Amino acid sequence: MRKNARLLAVSIAALSLFAAACGGDDKGTTTEAPAGSNAPASGIIAGVAYDTGGRGDGTFNDSAAKGGEQAASELGVEIKELEANVDEDRKANLELLAGDGAQVIVGVGFMFTDPMTEVAAANPDIHFGIVDSVVDAPNVSSLLFAANQGSFLVGAAAALKSTTGHIGFIGGQEIDLIKEFEAGYTAGAKYVNPDIVVDVKYLGPAGDNSAWGNVAGAKEIAAGWYAAGADIIYTAAGGSGAGTIEAAEEAGKWAIGVDSDQYLTSGDPKAQAVILTSMVKRVDVAVFETIKASVNGDTTGGIKMFDLSNDGVGYATSGGYLDDVKDKLDAIKADIVAGKIEVPTKP
Amino acid sequence: MKNQRLQRMLVTSASSLLAVFVALCICAVILLITGKDPIEAYKTLFGAAGDTKVLQGALNRATPLMISASAVAIGFKMNLFNIGVEGQMRVSLLATAVAGAAIHLPAPIHVLFCLVVAMATGALWAAFAGWLKVKRGVNEVISTIMLNFVALSLVAWAFDAFFRVDSATGSLLVKTKELPSSAWFPDIVDRRLNGMFFVAVLVLVLFYVLVWKTKFGFQLRASGANPGASRVTGVNPKRMIMISMLLSGALAGLVGMRSLLGDVHAYQNNLAEQQGFNGIAVALLGRNHPLGIFISALLFGYLGEASGRLQLIDIPKEITTIMTGIIVLAVVIINEAVKRWDDRRIQHKAALALEAVAVAA
Repeated sequence: MRKNARLLAVSIAALSLFAAACGGDDKGTTTEAPAGSNAPASGIIAGVAYDTGGRGDGTFNDSAAKGGEQAASELGVEIKELEANVDEDRKANLELLAGDGAQVIVGVGFMFTDPMTEVAAANPDIHFGIVDSVVDAPNVSSLLFAANQGSFLVGAAAALKSTTGHIGFIGGQEIDLIKEFEAGYTAGAKYVNPDIVVDVKYLGPAGDNSAWGNVAGAKEIAAGWYAAGADIIYTAAGGSGAGTIEAAEEAGKWAIGVDSDQYLTSGDPKAQAVILTSMVKRVDVAVFETIKASVNGDTTGGIKMFDLSNDGVGYATSGGYLDDVKDKLDAIKADIVAGKIEVPTKP
Repeated sequence: MKNQRLQRMLVTSASSLLAVFVALCICAVILLITGKDPIEAYKTLFGAAGDTKVLQGALNRATPLMISASAVAIGFKMNLFNIGVEGQMRVSLLATAVAGAAIHLPAPIHVLFCLVVAMATGALWAAFAGWLKVKRGVNEVISTIMLNFVALSLVAWAFDAFFRVDSATGSLLVKTKELPSSAWFPDIVDRRLNGMFFVAVLVLVLFYVLVWKTKFGFQLRASGANPGASRVTGVNPKRMIMISMLLSGALAGLVGMRSLLGDVHAYQNNLAEQQGFNGIAVALLGRNHPLGIFISALLFGYLGEASGRLQLIDIPKEITTIMTGIIVLAVVIINEAVKRWDDRRIQHKAALALEAVAVAA
């Protein structure tokens, strides 16, 4: 009898592991040019390889997907998308796309660095793009974002709009990529109000993938900070950000979105009422531009920087909550672009 | 006697096969409901077997699964559920990456040194859970889950604070110092199939010999099946718990070595992630037997390798994840059902034999 109970416990545990591994919903994986699009089919196949987590996060990966969809409708390319489940998938998926006739392949996320180095070397005729990382090869475009600059602006916006002088930052995994968001945000807030209090917390250590989908955890932290007097919280943690927005709805305070304009992507009026702005990281532009360059025959690699100067990062104005401070923010933006303000990359 | 064991084995393998078949049927229904063509899906899934690259990839993916399933299975033999293989693997990954990069040795000895460090650190981390169980009676399921979180955080902190080396290109992918090439585990097929595959097979063979062919193995199985009775025969269950936990941890330490010594050659975050957890399902499907583990690791490795092709024909990757989940669930249910049927069959046979004896008398 005890043995049976044990067997049951084991199977439940094993199943819950699988459940944890397969979070996130999928839309179709192949987006062909819509029938109504005016772009003629170019006959070009473009591949997009997502990291674990993949589509459906409402921010980072969905932004990349949007770039692919835009390429499908405007350039008439056929988009093939593959999502990684485990470590080995990254290289395997890049190879599958290469073998399936893709002329341009974008890897979404810096974990593709090593696999792409290898696959790009083996496929010199294919143009590659990598988001958030650098692969030093003649046929790889490295698509980097000055997330710290965009975060500086939303930090300044938070400081301008805060009535309590107390704001917060919730990060996903405590890795360099996210620390850049924190550094810019804090610097921007202190630039406007040197006395402002900025609470900082991360949802998990480096390597803890649950940090990107920990809605409950983000909500708990945010609710605590809101109760303690914070009135604006910026969350750079992928899908976890939904928790901050929920807490903001309940507390009647502000939340700041990340990567995509979450005012638009959420579409929920209750959420829209509390999304002050979003730090927009135009992964969609990077993906689209890379595919477009390939379609136009420009397959040279190199580092492509997306920052404030080319609107590769920025802040969203949907909702109109920032209308009263927009002039000040644009002045700060101009100063950053002109190099008058130096934005740190490390907290 | 021999005949009966063979029968048992046949029944067990038949029920596992049945489970896989049932799972495929259920998945076909799921595919139909979501508007996909199951025949096309299975054609793609199993058609991929014609590609040697896919087979090499499947063996490569099966390598860590075989080792982690053995780590889980050796615990099961003692009625211990070591769910902490993932954490033990993480600790040993960082320790081995650091220790291996710190010294210089001739090639085969350097690799051996790394494997020993990996096993020692994995065993050390598992020893905590064993010690808690033996001394304080803490359920190992709870302690190993908790120790997984501790390991993840501790390793992330130690890596970030002491051992990270920023990349020359300013890439966000930071690693530890690269292992000298003398510590690299050679490939069988260049960058496709690593030699750790042989180590994994060796682990399975040793696992078999240890558990089924030695006195210790007999004591372990006896102690796991009935701690009270075996205590009477002079086997100390606490000692057995500690030893099997240490063995399990040592194997857990080896799980990540294909990724570390055979692929990346440095520690980085997310290296070999989930390989410790996935071993649990493989051990379950393989019925904690080396041969079963070998076959189910190959199956899981193959499903993983072929799932990308399904995505290319517009079938979400979750289908293979669901399939593996359903296979495991089906195995548990069908095995239980078959076991009951088999028990009844044997009882019936015994009853008939008894009756015959009674009639003769």
